[in-house]
Amino acid sequence: MTQLALVIDLNVCVGCHACVTSCKEWNTSGTAGFMSDYNPYDKDPTGTFFNRVQTFEIGKYPNTQTVHFPKSCLHCEEPPCVPVCPTGASYKREQDGIVLVDYDKCIGCKYCSWACPYGAREIDENQKVMKKCTLCVDRIYDKTLPEAERKPACVLACPTSARLFGDVNDPDSVVSEQIRDNGGYQLMPEWGTKPANHYLPRRKANITIHRDELTRVDNPLNKERQLPMPDDDEQTLDDVMSW
Amino acid sequence: MHPAFSVIFLTTLIGVGQGLFLALYTGQLYSVIQVLPVQDSPGFYGYGSLLALVFLAAGLLASFFHLGHPERAWRSAAKWKTSWLSREVIVLPAFMGLTFIYAMIHISGWNPVLFILGEDFIVNLSLFIGAINTVLAFSLFICTAMIYACIKFLQEWATPLTVINYTLLGMASGFALSAAFAAYVQSDLINFYGGWTITLTIFAFITRIAALMRNAKIKYKSNLSSAIGIRHTKIKQIAQGSMGGSFNTREYFHGTKPIFFKSIKWVFLMLVFIVPVVLLIAALTTNIFVLFAVAFVVQYVGLIAERWFFFAQANHPQNLYYQTI
Repeated sequence: MTQLALVIDLNVCVGCHACVTSCKEWNTSGTAGFMSDYNPYDKDPTGTFFNRVQTFEIGKYPNTQTVHFPKSCLHCEEPPCVPVCPTGASYKREQDGIVLVDYDKCIGCKYCSWACPYGAREIDENQKVMKKCTLCVDRIYDKTLPEAERKPACVLACPTSARLFGDVNDPDSVVSEQIRDNGGYQLMPEWGTKPANHYLPRRKANITIHRDELTRVDNPLNKERQLPMPDDDEQTLDDVMSW
Repeated sequence: MHPAFSVIFLTTLIGVGQGLFLALYTGQLYSVIQVLPVQDSPGFYGYGSLLALVFLAAGLLASFFHLGHPERAWRSAAKWKTSWLSREVIVLPAFMGLTFIYAMIHISGWNPVLFILGEDFIVNLSLFIGAINTVLAFSLFICTAMIYACIKFLQEWATPLTVINYTLLGMASGFALSAAFAAYVQSDLINFYGGWTITLTIFAFITRIAALMRNAKIKYKSNLSSAIGIRHTKIKQIAQGSMGGSFNTREYFHGTKPIFFKSIKWVFLMLVFIVPVVLLIAALTTNIFVLFAVAFVVQYVGLIAERWFFFAQANHPQNLYYQTI
């Protein structure tokens, strides 16, 4: 069974928020209605977003790592927000596993937002319905778009290709490959929600070099010998630069 | 969580309604088996049930204020197979309907005998309807409480104590109202209802304290490390993804000072349990209606504080993504 999802590579995310703005731009322009903003240019701006980037500092200075952490609906394989919905407005699509809200059925009771451990759902204060990431369902199947553009807006916008999109149940897809090869993990696995979205951890490329390996012992042509110092009266690069 | 007053009034008001109906029906049932004296049918059971109906209707009305789209509320009966909220939406009107029918049977006096059990246990229509409605009353307690208790990662709520407390507190407040009602109509059941109110309040006190003690030493399964999947003991949040707050920073936090939050616990322990019991003991010794009424009102106000605390105390795991509020 197909389960579309995002794989987010924390190793390359630079925290530029391009995914946030492109998501908002695409989804606020859609047929489902705009995503309302309040005080956008004033004190305490707030509004509906499907995707946000948070930043964490790991460790204690000076041994710190800055991790930018994009956060959106994880399209769980066992979504706890779906069974609690009294109207059936919150549902998981059979064909591709995307968790969606039917805005025409939603009564705005907020129960699903309580039942999501990730806080991935937000009520739209204008439309008074629950909204969340749709994985750009109105874009990824759009035959009028070139095939390369049939991806979620955030994936297309990411300048570092930190966001990958595909079927996590297809073992040969690029996302499955990345999860396998680079230690992809799920958020809060303790609740059994089986998030479809995975994150790739920070990775350091380490090689171990011992001191005796710094100079080659087998160096028959003596290629890496120390160059002789120039003579005192000979011009050096320093002389040219200071002139 | 951010306590919503619509839900606080819904859960406390229908609790009173359910408890009052259960009190009245217990009175009727005991009179049939000749433990208690029979009451004036329309004046006591009839109007008493209508009073319960007023509280249930007020609770239902309050619930509409919680909805973004109240006009679509009828849709919420759809997913009763999976959603406790949907089940509540079905059981509440059913309970209200049967309470109304029960009241009308008593007020109209049309109460045919259906069958006789054993030698002299006469089951008339009101007793039969009341029995079904009693099942509905307890089902409604379970549905209401399970809405909260079924969310397993809201660990303060995910306990059978939630269901027990909703049931006992609802019954205690309903019986307190029945005692005041009995005192108002000068029924001879004042001592029966007053005594049961004290008993239920003490039982509720024990189970509510049990819940408070359980929650005081709760061990959270999620932490910031599992939330973002980075194994480190020192993680500091630098940015939360928005400048002026968001739904996530408003809906899941009670937003009051810790001192206020803590004081509410002592307020509700006093108002729900200690003050009403003292007032009821005074009322039962003096038989003054006003004391019964004040006992009920004080306990109800206390229940609003209790429910506020119940919601505010729940710590949602999404709060891990919002370290500074």
